[in-house]
Amino acid sequence: MRLAPAVRIALAVVPLTFLACFFGWPVVAIIARGLSVDAVREVLTDPGLRSVAWFTLWQAAASTLLTVAAGLLPAYVLARFRFPGRAIVLALVTVPFVLPTVVVGAAFLALLPPSLDQTVAAILAAHVYFNLAVVIRTVGTLWAQLDPRLEEAARTLGASPLQVMWRVTLPLLRPAIVAAASITFLFTFTSFGVIRILGGPRHVTLEVEIWRLTTQAFQLPTAAALAFLQLLAVTGLMVWWSGAQQRQAVALRLRPRGTAAVPRTSGQRFLVGATVAALVAVVAVPLSRLVVGSFTQGDGYGFAAWRALAADSGDGPANRPVADPLDAVITSLRFAAIATVLAVVIGGAAACAIAYSRRGAHLLDAGLMLPLGTSAVTVGFGLLITMDRRPLDLRGSWVLIPIAHAVVAVPFVVRAVLPNLRSIDPRLRDAAATLGAAPGRVWREIDLPFLRRALVAGAGFAFAISLGEFGATSFLTRVGDQTMPIAIGRLLGRPSALNLSQAYALATVLMVLTLAAVLAVDRLRGESSTF
Amino acid sequence: MLAVEDVSVRFGPRWVLQGVELVVRSNEVVGLLGPSGSGKSTLLRVIAGLLPPDAGRVRWDGEDVTQLPTHRRRFGLVFQDHQLFPHRDVGANVGFGLAVAGRPKAEVRARVAELLELVGLKGFEHRAVGSLSGGEAQRVALARALAPRPRLLLLDEPLGALDRELHDRLAVELRALLKQVGIAGVHVTHDRGEAEMVADRVLTMDDLHARARPSSGNGRFPESGGSGTTSP
Repeated sequence: MRLAPAVRIALAVVPLTFLACFFGWPVVAIIARGLSVDAVREVLTDPGLRSVAWFTLWQAAASTLLTVAAGLLPAYVLARFRFPGRAIVLALVTVPFVLPTVVVGAAFLALLPPSLDQTVAAILAAHVYFNLAVVIRTVGTLWAQLDPRLEEAARTLGASPLQVMWRVTLPLLRPAIVAAASITFLFTFTSFGVIRILGGPRHVTLEVEIWRLTTQAFQLPTAAALAFLQLLAVTGLMVWWSGAQQRQAVALRLRPRGTAAVPRTSGQRFLVGATVAALVAVVAVPLSRLVVGSFTQGDGYGFAAWRALAADSGDGPANRPVADPLDAVITSLRFAAIATVLAVVIGGAAACAIAYSRRGAHLLDAGLMLPLGTSAVTVGFGLLITMDRRPLDLRGSWVLIPIAHAVVAVPFVVRAVLPNLRSIDPRLRDAAATLGAAPGRVWREIDLPFLRRALVAGAGFAFAISLGEFGATSFLTRVGDQTMPIAIGRLLGRPSALNLSQAYALATVLMVLTLAAVLAVDRLRGESSTF
Repeated sequence: MLAVEDVSVRFGPRWVLQGVELVVRSNEVVGLLGPSGSGKSTLLRVIAGLLPPDAGRVRWDGEDVTQLPTHRRRFGLVFQDHQLFPHRDVGANVGFGLAVAGRPKAEVRARVAELLELVGLKGFEHRAVGSLSGGEAQRVALARALAPRPRLLLLDEPLGALDRELHDRLAVELRALLKQVGIAGVHVTHDRGEAEMVADRVLTMDDLHARARPSSGNGRFPESGGSGTTSP
């Protein structure tokens, strides 16, 4: 679409300025501070920090391996078999992935026996739970399009089912498996909420250590050096990954309509039934334990925790409340509304700029995706160390929190809007123009209707992301500005019986609000979740 | 000797095969004719063990192999669109069956070279599968199916996607090759000319059904209710 140059420039400048101020500058500041030789030397020689780095690495590797191992069978069943309720199961599997990390952490705290509290097993279980959908959906999408006759050919050549899996299926699925493993590794390497809630003081990752050094120990130089090393590691991983994707490209003849078939043999029916039952149980049990936990009162059940949500409560030291749950709900909703408006305006402008410009669109697109690969802790820490001087002295102002949420959400809005804009047939605009519509009118009549639905979907994503954001908020929160995840984190940090039930009640509220936002998006997009 | 006895297959309410009978003697190639949707490919899948029949048996030399898994049947299958493994080169494709059988590498290499020479693709071992022309891919698929020395070769529209001239040339070659190897085969096609060029004996799908139910006047799809709509 032809736009006046001034409009085009404005569309690009607004998102670029926002991201330069609230993402680019903070990241540069981290690098500038982290590059200090002394700090890096301290980080690399301190045995405590080295063990933190080692733990971060191996728990991420173990989580990734376990998630891939657990996800392959369900991916196969959901990709290759048609059965009643398949779409529902597929949607259900995705639920843990869209839930805030604090909700997953709280659910596993409610689920696991005290003997597993603060153990590596609890962390790994929660990570597998959270990322299972990544493996099932990424690998399943390719598996559904893989021609089953390739495997049949191998069987007629004398390969046993195991040999077929090992020599044909897995090699062909490798690109999807590598992609899913990379995403899972990235998420678990930068895991913050789950570790904060389930790890206790003994199991600390780089993210949690950066947060601890900043907000508890006030050792900013060391924290900056850690954040810098973390940024390097994540960037390195992303570079390796995009290279690996290109190297692995095997020309597959895919069958885009899918290859799912009705299970024929009793063995297949058993496999499908057992897998579906296991998936439903795995997804539902922790979440229902969370809800049950919110009604636990002493040895029985009751509404004490829910009633206490309204009161200024929570048993803290010296009878001071650790959190004000109802206030946290209102604060969260307020911040989410502001973050959503910011993200939709900036993301929408960016998507238009990318869709309507020929030169530089690719660069803008890539630049806008950067926050997606950066951890929330990096965003929060970066904002904390930069927004303390003129002209942007926002230290101690609550606006930094919705701004941080918007930085995290903008890439999702762009991703929601851009495909819709690109799908508009340019001849529609030509037709409108030949019918006498001026450029502004063409945009209103043709582009805006497409844009509207996508923007609402993007708004839903932004809202859900803001509600559950924990990593960046942990750095920026002040007394009186607690969001729901922060309040849950505080309540779980001082576990009395009532605090625990209250945290579960608040996590239940957060879960319901998040799922409502995501469900609304799904409705609007109108496409059911099939591979 | 292959014997298909009273085999029936149902997809949902629709009977694709019902009471099918077929005998293929050693060293005999049977051509099987039928329009698309007549169940030819389904029958091949039942014989190969890729699809369990709802009723009936498949025997080889008198032994019931209906329950024998595909990979132990030693029935080779050539697919219409080759289904060459895209992540392996030509040599590894042809050698696949021997490799999974655990044959020594030197033996696999020799056999691959022998078969590639047989199908006229000498020295193609290290070519990428994606770089092959349609006719070359078809020859590789044939070499791959023959390499593990199957006792029966099933050919599912093996020359379907080729242009006319190449098709006719390959049909003659295929016939010569099958006779040279001396293998029993079932060759499925919708092209009568091709069937007559390749096979010793040509049957139609209706022959297979009629033989089973000579007195049945109700047609083959009793549960679909449309008995008068299928004309032979």
